[in-house]
Amino acid sequence: MFKVTIDNHTIEVEEGTTILQAARMIGGIVVPPAMCYYSKLKESGGKCRTCLVKVAQGSARDPRPLPKLVASCRTPVADGMVVQNITSQEVIETRKAIVEFLLINHPLDCPVCDQAGECDLQDLSYDNGKEESRFEEAKRSFRVIDIGDKIQLHMNRCILCYRCVYTADQLTDKRSHGILYRGDVSEISTYIQTDVTNDFSGNMIDVCPVGALTDKTFRFKNRVWFLNPMNANRSCSKCSGKVTAWMRGGEVYRITGRKDQFGEVEEFICNECRFEKKELSDWTIEGPRNIKRASVISQNHYEKSKKPSVILPLENRTVSLDEFKNGSNNEIQL
Amino acid sequence: MGVALVAILLVFKDIVKDIVGVALVAILVLSNEIIKNNGIMLDKIITHPLHEKKNSTVCFSETALFKVQQIIARYPSGKQKSALLPLLHIAQEEFEGYLSVDVMDYVASLLNIQPIEVYEVATFYSQYYLERVGKNVIEICRTGPCAICGGEAIQSYLEKKLAIKTGETTPDGLFTLKAVECLGACGSAPVMQINTEFYEYLTTEKIDKILADLSSKAKEEKPEKSLWIEEFF
Amino acid sequence: MDRRILLNNIAVPGIRTFEVFRSTGGYLSVMKALKEMTPDDVIEEVKKSGLRGRGGAGFPAGMKWSFLDKKSNKPRYLICNADESEPGTFKDRFLMEKIPHLLIEGMICSCYALGAETGYIYVRGEFKYIVGILNEAIREAYQNGLLGKNILGTSINLDIHVHSGAGAYICGEETALIESLEGKRGNPRIKPPFPAVVGLYGSPTVVNNVETLCNIGFIVNQGGSEFARYGVGKSTGTKLISACGNINNPGVYEIEFGLSVREFLYSEKYCGGIKNGKELKAVIAGGSSVPILPANLILKTAAGEERMLSYESLAEGGFVSGTMLGSGGFIVFDEDACIVRNTWNLTRFYHHESCGQCSPCREGTGWMENVLHRIENGLGKARDIDLLVSIAAKIEGNTICPLGDAAAWPVASAIRHFRHEFEEHVLHPESCKNSAIRQLDNVQIRRLENV
Ligand SMILES: Cc1cc2nc3c(=O)[nH]c(=O)nc-3n(C[C@H](O)[C@H](O)[C@H](O)COP(=O)(O)O)c2cc1C
Ligand code: SF4
Ligand code: SF4
Ligand code: FES
Ligand code: FES
Repeated sequence: MFKVTIDNHTIEVEEGTTILQAARMIGGIVVPPAMCYYSKLKESGGKCRTCLVKVAQGSARDPRPLPKLVASCRTPVADGMVVQNITSQEVIETRKAIVEFLLINHPLDCPVCDQAGECDLQDLSYDNGKEESRFEEAKRSFRVIDIGDKIQLHMNRCILCYRCVYTADQLTDKRSHGILYRGDVSEISTYIQTDVTNDFSGNMIDVCPVGALTDKTFRFKNRVWFLNPMNANRSCSKCSGKVTAWMRGGEVYRITGRKDQFGEVEEFICNECRFEKKELSDWTIEGPRNIKRASVISQNHYEKSKKPSVILPLENRTVSLDEFKNGSNNEIQL
Repeated sequence: MGVALVAILLVFKDIVKDIVGVALVAILVLSNEIIKNNGIMLDKIITHPLHEKKNSTVCFSETALFKVQQIIARYPSGKQKSALLPLLHIAQEEFEGYLSVDVMDYVASLLNIQPIEVYEVATFYSQYYLERVGKNVIEICRTGPCAICGGEAIQSYLEKKLAIKTGETTPDGLFTLKAVECLGACGSAPVMQINTEFYEYLTTEKIDKILADLSSKAKEEKPEKSLWIEEFF
Repeated sequence: MDRRILLNNIAVPGIRTFEVFRSTGGYLSVMKALKEMTPDDVIEEVKKSGLRGRGGAGFPAGMKWSFLDKKSNKPRYLICNADESEPGTFKDRFLMEKIPHLLIEGMICSCYALGAETGYIYVRGEFKYIVGILNEAIREAYQNGLLGKNILGTSINLDIHVHSGAGAYICGEETALIESLEGKRGNPRIKPPFPAVVGLYGSPTVVNNVETLCNIGFIVNQGGSEFARYGVGKSTGTKLISACGNINNPGVYEIEFGLSVREFLYSEKYCGGIKNGKELKAVIAGGSSVPILPANLILKTAAGEERMLSYESLAEGGFVSGTMLGSGGFIVFDEDACIVRNTWNLTRFYHHESCGQCSPCREGTGWMENVLHRIENGLGKARDIDLLVSIAAKIEGNTICPLGDAAAWPVASAIRHFRHEFEEHVLHPESCKNSAIRQLDNVQIRRLENV
């Protein structure tokens, strides 16, 4: 077991655990935001750089700090490591810059985006964004395309996290979905005339942190915050059949996987459950699902006239570990 | 609904820079049609490069197939994907200098990999062309060291002389002009490469001569492809 | 100060062929290593030599070799990095074109030391004719029993193959190179693990530059300590410097570490001074990625000492007043050169070559290019200069691979040393001497051409 301290909280973890995983065990606001890492997808992470943290002490044996910020999602802990996330001004400043980078070419078309209200980028920019954009150039732009008859790709919104590619690679046997071109004109694409039809391809929608991949069968395109997420299940031969049904009145508007507090699905679900079972009679409703209510919309942030500054450094507050474990940002009065 | 939309706008109000932007977004909200085309930045739309698959039958020549086997043998068994880059070079040489979807699918089948794996690679590297190019691809270096030695002037001279812009092909299909990054020959700047040949210390007079030579050579037979493949792979 | 290690026999007619190369003492090191030394002996000599990687980072070669995972029972690989794409650098091409057997000789000794039975030479796609030359050299080596099964009658087997890239600077980065060699996109890997543990096909792998490997023959023949007698301090041996730009004699020169920059620039033996009798304005001393230095700081350090060509002397003063040896691409600018235009040009290069995996580099390089392009075309604003500094600072150190740093340093250093020139461009864009070549073009803010 390795001992690691993150923002003054010490925890013991198995060898090989990454800093991010250790932080998630502690929970609460010491958890760095992760836009590309997805614990259920091998090789994911390392790309978006939002999870950069400072290693103030490399290990007990070699206490020197690491020279650069490291991607917490891909850096394994060492025994005696001391990590600073929100207690480091450098990390906070860098994260602001990363958010700025992610947004410069983002269309900011939230009003017309299906993901609004459950978008990791929206949350991230709310928490870490700069006051105003310094970007004055033309944004890059792509056409909206359908990949298959169930999924739509808004490439403009994509942050190239590669999660969907790993999903296609790891959940489906014949990948037809990948990344074309390089640099800032890279794009996510399937190749011509091949629909994404594999039984598990719909999971790409769930793993996408932004509104780049969306569900074309989302009925009537309702706004997510008007819907009630319910745990539901059915017996399915392809997957566990355990889903979240997004409902209003007696109608099922959308089916997704069950997402945990870090926005990751607990289990991947099959396309039949996701796209084809939209009648109430298809499902056994277990009851309301407590989803992460940290998102911009659910926190009613928008009603406040003043945007909160970056999360307070820990030293300035005393918060018990329990508070951290149970609480989302919600409970921290800003 | 309306309230919520305004709400989201507020969230990003600091970022949405100017009133025009806000107005545009508002208009978009009203017009579902525009939303479908995602018209916020209609002026710059990139079209998808992998155009229609023709489903024509594609096959390498015998020499090339023999070479393919030799190349694959250079890598451990099961790692035949390593041969992808060299194979795409050969494919370009075999099929009119560019990679059509059919050709890429054929290469995928030779290596027993998914077509998307070929597209991913073919679009990443700057030496693969997805669209038809001229018989001679002129690659003029535009990077710093060449630029300070007059490379830019040579580039615009080429544009003038060929009456095309960089990136275009002459109507007779003889030349494509392409600006490339440092060719690793900065000591003899300005530099360009045509097919596999380097041309160094370029001047406008030299360009005149090179183009004239290539134009007249084009009337003769093209050298045997197999020779090319033998020599360079 | 003009002893040579690599290019002693470069002028011998026909040195490209096996026969001639052999007659000048070539391949003796292979016999010595295989017959008289254990692999560890070879590594020991390389360590003793102090040889540092010539590909850019300057990491000690012997130390890199000793990191190779000894416990793994997977096959090991040696990859020669011949991707040479750093603007201003053309020394590897020179070596491979003129004296290819030197590289093969170095690779055989290195593979023996590392226990690798396969070596790959990753040549950038633009060097197709070099592939032909290398293949011919390799064929001759097979014919003469230096490659293949049971080399020189020992139980050692070794195959060397040439692998051709296809136009991507990023594939010079060692993990991107490995990905590319596996037939994938050239996306650098996230480290750790390092290639010495998980490299090509998941096996322990060493990646070395062409010039680094070309030195191995000498080290085996003469011993590491003899090699260490060349050069100064921790910069042992000699270095190929490829000089270009506004000088009288551009070309590849082998210098012994410790030669003064002044002599290199002005002596007839080397660069021969600035072309057309102009004044020196600035130098990029180690390939486009390293910080640019103005004339006064490249000739003398900030402390007033004569600056020498060596890892340490060039780095004297850190990033405030120093630079780096890098890959040895020596780009000279005369008084007429426009620093703003050149900075834009190089930034465009990095923008074009970014693999696009990580957000700071993917978005930041394009952003910097756009801003610089605006300034260069007379559309700059005063605050743009600080904006550039801030973008560069946020890319640097926050990316997966050092291409992000390489893109940030030229911008940061150009503004650090030539801020007045940027300001002048913002305030009086028409005053730049270069405005003639500025094709106040179709101000295509975003350049998407791929062909
Ligand atoms: C963006 C980038 C480009 C590089 N290009 C090259 C190159 O063209 N040739 C080279 O030898 N090393 C290049 N390197 C350095 C390699 O990553 C690696 O350090 C080198 O091949 C190691 O060999 P050495 O230790 O012998 O120098 C590059 C590094 C980066 C980050
Ligand atoms: S489409 Fe979504 S999941 Fe895929 S790379 Fe883009 S942001 Fe990530
Ligand atoms: S720094 Fe640039 S080139 Fe390197 S991995 Fe990131 S995006 Fe790719
Ligand atoms: S989550 Fe770690 S880099 Fe993206
Ligand atoms: S800059 Fe043109 S060849 Fe290097």
